[in-house]
Amino acid sequence: MAIGTREPAPLRAGEAALVRVVDVHKSFGALPILKGVSLEVARGEVVVLVGPSGSGKTTLVRCINRLETIDQGRIYVDGELIGYRERGGRLIAEGERQVARHREHIGMVFQRFNLFPHLTALENVMIGPLRVQRRPEKEIRPEAAALLAKVGLSDKLGSYPSQLSGGQQQRVAIARALAMKPAVMLFDEPTSALDPETVDEVLEVMRALAQGGMTMIVVTHEMRFAREVADRVIMMDQGMIVEMAPAQEFFSAPKSERTRSFLASIL
Amino acid sequence: MLQIGGINFDLDFFLRYLLSPPRAIWEGLWVTIEVSILSQLAGVALGLVVGLARLSKITVIRLGAALYSWAWRGTPVLVQLLIVYTGVAAAGIYRYPDLVIGPFTIPGALQAALITLALNEAAYMGEIFRAAIQAIDRGQTDAARAIGMRPWGALRWVILPQAARIILPPLGNEFTLMIKGTSLLSVIGVRELFGTVQNINSATFRTFELFLIAAIWYLALTTVLSIGQRFIEIRLSRHERTAATVPANRSLLSRRV
Repeated sequence: MAIGTREPAPLRAGEAALVRVVDVHKSFGALPILKGVSLEVARGEVVVLVGPSGSGKTTLVRCINRLETIDQGRIYVDGELIGYRERGGRLIAEGERQVARHREHIGMVFQRFNLFPHLTALENVMIGPLRVQRRPEKEIRPEAAALLAKVGLSDKLGSYPSQLSGGQQQRVAIARALAMKPAVMLFDEPTSALDPETVDEVLEVMRALAQGGMTMIVVTHEMRFAREVADRVIMMDQGMIVEMAPAQEFFSAPKSERTRSFLASIL
Repeated sequence: MLQIGGINFDLDFFLRYLLSPPRAIWEGLWVTIEVSILSQLAGVALGLVVGLARLSKITVIRLGAALYSWAWRGTPVLVQLLIVYTGVAAAGIYRYPDLVIGPFTIPGALQAALITLALNEAAYMGEIFRAAIQAIDRGQTDAARAIGMRPWGALRWVILPQAARIILPPLGNEFTLMIKGTSLLSVIGVRELFGTVQNINSATFRTFELFLIAAIWYLALTTVLSIGQRFIEIRLSRHERTAATVPANRSLLSRRV
């Protein structure tokens, strides 16, 4: 039984990137949030997004699984145009059924965990396979238990979120996303809402996931994690990518002045 | 016969009718229970529709639901009852013939009663559903959508189970009002508890005794209801108990039971 490892999807011809973001624009009302962002993430790659608050990192990640609509551009995951279909060069928003199908294999972990408070840890992990994929309960129960064991919570299967610490809740949330066997995992500031002492247990789980070959896009302020785990680090500012470089290079020799001042301010 | 000063209270009659009620009172009590439960159930179901309509992205649906709520909540049930039964019949729109379904016959007045109470209740439950759904954190919907749930799936498996906990106290309140409100049905000739008691009164003239008995029965019904509600509330808030407080809650429970 393969836990948390995606079933290898066949690579399409000329389709090297698992996630491809092409010239994405997005505004909230009159306020532009993303101003033409392009980005490619290879299969198995870990990309960390950094930047000041309001730079559009979270919005970009939310656009990738279409929790936010986009105004212009294209986002492909595994070769599929997410949330839209294209007709005569124009984007037409997909219906809920199709969008939901796209999201199924894009795992997402939120800053505030967003666990379902009325369900136990095990039920939180089971609900996706049970209600979305409609797989039989006796098949998914051991899988869900194994996932919780993998994130170090085999003794908390029956606990409700309110009975767990922040770090434990976030690990359940990671297991919940993995239960859908995602092709890519999105992390939106997964440790920002945590007590300092529980940050590391979550980062450890993410590190193990990265080492297992999971494709990950991570918005975080944890620079040590970025330096040690990321393949590439991307700096965003004012809705644009200002620097994109391999992790070592990003920290040791940042090219843009904006990146240098940002790193100086947080390190 | 109890005679203190000018007070005329037939204790024998009171106790006899209270402790061994005649068949008519049992039947009236049953109608009251039946009408309350059916109207409340229909009101909850329709109320969910009204509540969702109030939250619709489509303006016409939202306004329609708001209008419905405004009209039904802003007029007295007694007036609604008389419009739906007497008024509609007088206008020749529908004359409420007895409805025969298998072995059951539903008299016209009872049909009008069920319709009115259900539609009235839907307006109130709609507001309760709307408020409860709005009270659920947006992040819950995000999380449900992120694992691939469609809007209905998220509503069914994530939002409504959490809203249920919020809805329960006002729902209990509504049900209490519903039970008491059925006493109005005597004006259109439904033989529920109070109508029955009034009938007995016109034959016996033991007004004070009989109306007290009716009040005691209503009190009994609403008391049973609030005890039931308490149990469901404890059950639905299982997840709110943190590990540390579970033992304390248990002892609290065992004291109560």
